[in-house]
Amino acid sequence: MLRLVALRIAMAVPVMLVVATIVFLLLRLSPGDPALIIAGETAGPEALARIRADMGLDRPLFVQYLAWLAEIARGHLGTSVLSKIPVLSLIFDRLEPTLVLALSAILITVLVAVPLGAVAAWRHNSWVDRAVMMLSVLGFSVPAFVIGYILILLFSVKADIFPVQGYVSPFDDPVAALRHLALPSITLALVFMALISRVTRSSLLEVLGEDFVRTARAKGNVERRVLWRHALPNAAVPIITVIGLGIALLISGVVVTESVFNLPGVGRLTIDAILARDYPVVQGLMLFFALIYIGVNLLIDIAYVIVDPRIRY
Amino acid sequence: MSATERATSSARRTHFVEALLANRVALFSGILLLAIVLSAVLATVITGDDAFLIRPRQRLRPPGAEFWFGTDALGRDVFALVLHGGRISLLVGLLAALAGATVGTAIGLLTGYFRWLDPIVMRVMDGVMAIPGILFAVALVSLVGPSLVTIVAAITFAEIPRVTRLVRSVVLSVREESYVRAAEGLGIPPLLVLVRHILPSCIAPLIVQTTYMFAAAILSEAVLGFLGVGFPPDLPSWGNVLAEGRAVFQRAPWTIIAPGLFLAVTVMAVNLLGDGLRDRLDPRLSRAAKVSS
Repeated sequence: MLRLVALRIAMAVPVMLVVATIVFLLLRLSPGDPALIIAGETAGPEALARIRADMGLDRPLFVQYLAWLAEIARGHLGTSVLSKIPVLSLIFDRLEPTLVLALSAILITVLVAVPLGAVAAWRHNSWVDRAVMMLSVLGFSVPAFVIGYILILLFSVKADIFPVQGYVSPFDDPVAALRHLALPSITLALVFMALISRVTRSSLLEVLGEDFVRTARAKGNVERRVLWRHALPNAAVPIITVIGLGIALLISGVVVTESVFNLPGVGRLTIDAILARDYPVVQGLMLFFALIYIGVNLLIDIAYVIVDPRIRY
Repeated sequence: MSATERATSSARRTHFVEALLANRVALFSGILLLAIVLSAVLATVITGDDAFLIRPRQRLRPPGAEFWFGTDALGRDVFALVLHGGRISLLVGLLAALAGATVGTAIGLLTGYFRWLDPIVMRVMDGVMAIPGILFAVALVSLVGPSLVTIVAAITFAEIPRVTRLVRSVVLSVREESYVRAAEGLGIPPLLVLVRHILPSCIAPLIVQTTYMFAAAILSEAVLGFLGVGFPPDLPSWGNVLAEGRAVFQRAPWTIIAPGLFLAVTVMAVNLLGDGLRDRLDPRLSRAAKVSS
C-alpha cells in the first residue's frame, strides 16, 4: 500500500512539471509586455526597466523558467501584482465558498445520481430507464449558466423562495447559508449527475449479466439485496473513475456557477485575475487547480485497491 | 419466469425495437440539426439585417407578434440575433472539432506506433488534461485577444488528449495484426503503414468522438462568451448574446432563454446523433449489442 502511494506520487511529478511548463509558456509567449501591463500605459521607460529588473523579465526566458520552477517547488507562488497579497493567501481566503459549493454538489450527485442510474439499469428499457437517460442527455446539453439563470428566475424572482445571489458562510448562519447554497449547488450538480447516472447505469448493466448475480438471485436473495449488496459494489470501479475524471467538469462548473450566483470563491478569483491580467495569481490558480485534479485522481487510484481487491499494483 | 430469463428474453425482443428506436432518435436529431444549420445559413434571408438594427425606443420588448423572441437591451431583435449567432457558434464548433480530431489523431498515431515517444507524449497529455480546459481557454483568449483563430485554438487545446488516447489505444490494438506485420515486412515505410493500414481502423470511433467534440465546443464558446472573453458584441454568437442578456435577465428573461434554448437543443441533437452513430459504427461500445448478445 505504501509502495503504491509512493509510486503514484512519483508518477504525478512529471505531470505537474508539464502543467507548470504550459502555464509558464502560456503567459510568457502571449503578446503584450507584462511590465507595461503592470505599470500601466503612462509609465516612463525608467519605471518599466525597474519592473523588468524586479521581476527578472530582463533575463533569458529559460533562466526565468528555471527560477520560477525553483520558486514554486518551494511552495512560493509569488504575490499578486494588483493587491500585493501573496497568491497562496489570496487562494486560501477564497477557498471556503468554493469548497462548500463543490462538496454539497458532490453530495447531491452521489445521493441522487447513483440511485437513479441503479434503478435505470435494474429496470433496463423501461420508461424509468428512458427517462433517466433523457435527463442525462439534457444535463449534458444545457449549459450550467442557463440552468442557473432559469432556477433564479423560477425560485428567486417569480417565487421568492431562495435569495438571488450572494454567499453566507455556514459557520456564521447555517440556515441562511443553506438557502443561499441551494440553487448554486443544484446548478453545479446537474452536469455531474448526468455523467454519474449514465456511468452507474452502464456499469451496473454489465454486472447484472454476470454469473454471480444469477447465483445471488438463485440463493433466494431479495432483489434489493442483490442490487445493493452484490451488483453495485462490483460496478463501483468505473463509477469511481468517472467521479475522478468529473473533477475537471466540477472545476469548470465552479468557475461558471460562482459567476452566475456571485459567490466570492476561487473560481471568481480566477476570472477576475485573468481579466485584470494579474499574472502571478493566474499562474498560481492554474497550478492549484491542476494539483487538485492530480491529487483527487491519485486518491482514486488508491481507492480502487480498497474497493476492488482484485486490482494490484 | 425468473428475473434472468425475463432479462434475456426481453433483451432479445427489444433488441430490434431498440435499434429501430435508436435510429429514430438519431434520425430526428439529424433533421433537427439540419433545420438549425439551415436557419443559421439563411439567417440574413429570414430576418434581414434585424440582428444589427438598434432600436432605442423598443428596448426590452417581450416576445410577441412583432418580435418573436422579444428585443434586447439595445432594442435588437433577439430572434434575428439567435439565428445570426448560430453561424458563429456552429462554425466555431465545427472548426474546433475538426482541428481537435486532426491534431489528436496525428499525435495518437505517432505515439501508438513509435513506442519510444509514448512515455513523453502521454505525460504531456496527462498534464494538458490536468489544466481546467475552460480556464486555459479564457486565459489564452484574454491574453491574445478574441478572434476566430484564437477562440478555436483555445477550445481545441483541451480536446486533444481525449482524441490522442482514443487513437493510441486503437493503434496499440491493431499494430500486432498480421496485415500490419505483412505491410511492414514488404518494406512499406512506417508513415505509409500508419496512414494506409492503421488509420482506417480509427475512423469509426473518431467520427463518434468528433461529434461529441462538436457539441462540447459549442458549449465552450458559449461559456467563453458568458465569461466576457468571447467575440465582440457586433459579431453575434450564442455565447455573447447570452452574455449581453446577463445584465437584464431579471427584467427580460427571454434574452437568456431564447439563445439558451437554441444552444441546448443544438448540443442535445448533436449528442444524440453521436449516440446513434456510436451504436451503429462502434459495436464494441454499444451497450444494446453487449447486453443482448
